[in-house]
Amino acid sequence: MWRDTLLVAGKDLRIEARSRVALSQVAPFGIVALVMFAFALGPDRSLMAKGAPGLFWVAVLFCTVLAVQRSVAVESVDGARDGLRLSGLDPAGLFLGKSAAVAAQLVVLELVLGVGVVLLYGARIEVPWLIAASCVLGTVGLAATGTLYGALSAGLRVKETLLPFLLLPIVAPVLLAGTRMWQAASAGGIPSDGNQWLRLLVVFDAVYVALGIVIYGPIQESA
Amino acid sequence: MTTNTEVVPIGQSTAAPRSPFPSPRARRVERTVGITAAVGTALTVWLGLWITPPDTTKGNTVPGDLVRLVYIHPGVAWVALYLAFGLAAASSVLYLWPRTRSLFWDRLAAAAVEVGVVFNVCTLISGSIWGRPTWGVWWAWDARLTSTAVLLVLFLGYLALRRVPAEPEVRAKRCAFVALFASVDIPIVHFSVLWWNTLHQGATVLNPNLSPTIHGSMAWTLLLGFVALTLVFAWMLLVRYRIGVMEDWLGSGEMDVALTERRAEGVGDPGAPDRAAGGRAPRPVAPSPSPAPPDARTDGPAPTAAGGPTDGGVGAVPEAAR
Repeated sequence: MWRDTLLVAGKDLRIEARSRVALSQVAPFGIVALVMFAFALGPDRSLMAKGAPGLFWVAVLFCTVLAVQRSVAVESVDGARDGLRLSGLDPAGLFLGKSAAVAAQLVVLELVLGVGVVLLYGARIEVPWLIAASCVLGTVGLAATGTLYGALSAGLRVKETLLPFLLLPIVAPVLLAGTRMWQAASAGGIPSDGNQWLRLLVVFDAVYVALGIVIYGPIQESA
Repeated sequence: MTTNTEVVPIGQSTAAPRSPFPSPRARRVERTVGITAAVGTALTVWLGLWITPPDTTKGNTVPGDLVRLVYIHPGVAWVALYLAFGLAAASSVLYLWPRTRSLFWDRLAAAAVEVGVVFNVCTLISGSIWGRPTWGVWWAWDARLTSTAVLLVLFLGYLALRRVPAEPEVRAKRCAFVALFASVDIPIVHFSVLWWNTLHQGATVLNPNLSPTIHGSMAWTLLLGFVALTLVFAWMLLVRYRIGVMEDWLGSGEMDVALTERRAEGVGDPGAPDRAAGGRAPRPVAPSPSPAPPDARTDGPAPTAAGGPTDGGVGAVPEAAR
């Protein structure tokens, strides 16, 4: 399973390295979103700094939708999906590999967006490890749910419109937890509720990664 | 075994049922539940609006009659949040489980979600009507309200996915997965919005004490409301399930029926062979002599826009349109 995971993740990342879709389209889109949020909130910098954690995570969610759509689109041409199914790779490994590739791209996007939020909105970071932890855990959850829903919508003709509708409410806890943890981190010190949100993210990740490992095979068959 | 499925169509599990029409016994059950639900609801309305006393607590700023919402709102919420979506989640899991896989569970889940969405919307509306005079706002970001709204959105997604055309088995599987993911998410959403809210505001806008002196008739009306709304749910579920069976039957047989009709046209209509032999170029979709409703509809706007039936006078069509 782990070997298959590495194979699939390596394949997706190699495609990304050659096509540069995430880097040249999704990341700039994230920046555009940040600028648009700034326009929506007006030039008041204190308001922006206050909303920065939430806006960061909303931008991450939008980018997740795009990254997942890209991850599905990669398989949709030339019968690649059937090829993967025929290849004899473990479905669990397939799921973990696709998720890992999405997660790796999301981490890069989060770095870009994080820098953007600090520069553009003046967001404060007092406890960096708390933010880093929330990003890592949140990314795992986003990638796992995104891959699951991506596989589910793979065969649909309306996937572009349906995927965000299905995915975004599901990942609402990640948005809440990530935002709260960043707020806790910018308040300084280690607030007691930071741990609570960390635990919530761990549960979220564990549930969806486990679900994906078990269910990815049947999902592929149904798509 | 077979007689059982023959008698009770609810238990049918074949992909394309032979006849979508329920047996007399099933119709009787459905009608009984419906009538009981109607009577129960009428009784609840009567008791709730006329018999039970209004809330006359001293120092109460909200209208005393507002308390009557308590006979509806918790019952609707119970049906929407627990009964309907619990049933949907359970049937989806039963569908996914290979031993119990049957389209019966899929249709049951779909019916439960659809009815549940209606009740969910009613929960939010009745809660809003309560919230406006009591809290002064139509919507508060209370944990319970927020998770109810997220639940609604999740299951609207389920219904949207259901509308995507697909083979019944494929659609059933897909929808069952979505229902499963959503129901796994609900507890997490619930806890996250709970913490989100309580950590944010301290004490939340909690429901004020609804009735300090709960009158005997009030307790009974409340209970009756729960029972009546549960029966309404059951009745809607039965009807929706029956419609689901018919839809599947229609979907599976539609093409065959259409083909048979087309062939019958060619054989029965003496004009058809001539037309096929002579003017072969544009084959009419529907034979012109029969003023079918589609014809009337396509030509409908012309006479109405022209104002008179003589303007659009192309034979029998305006008559069919009128």
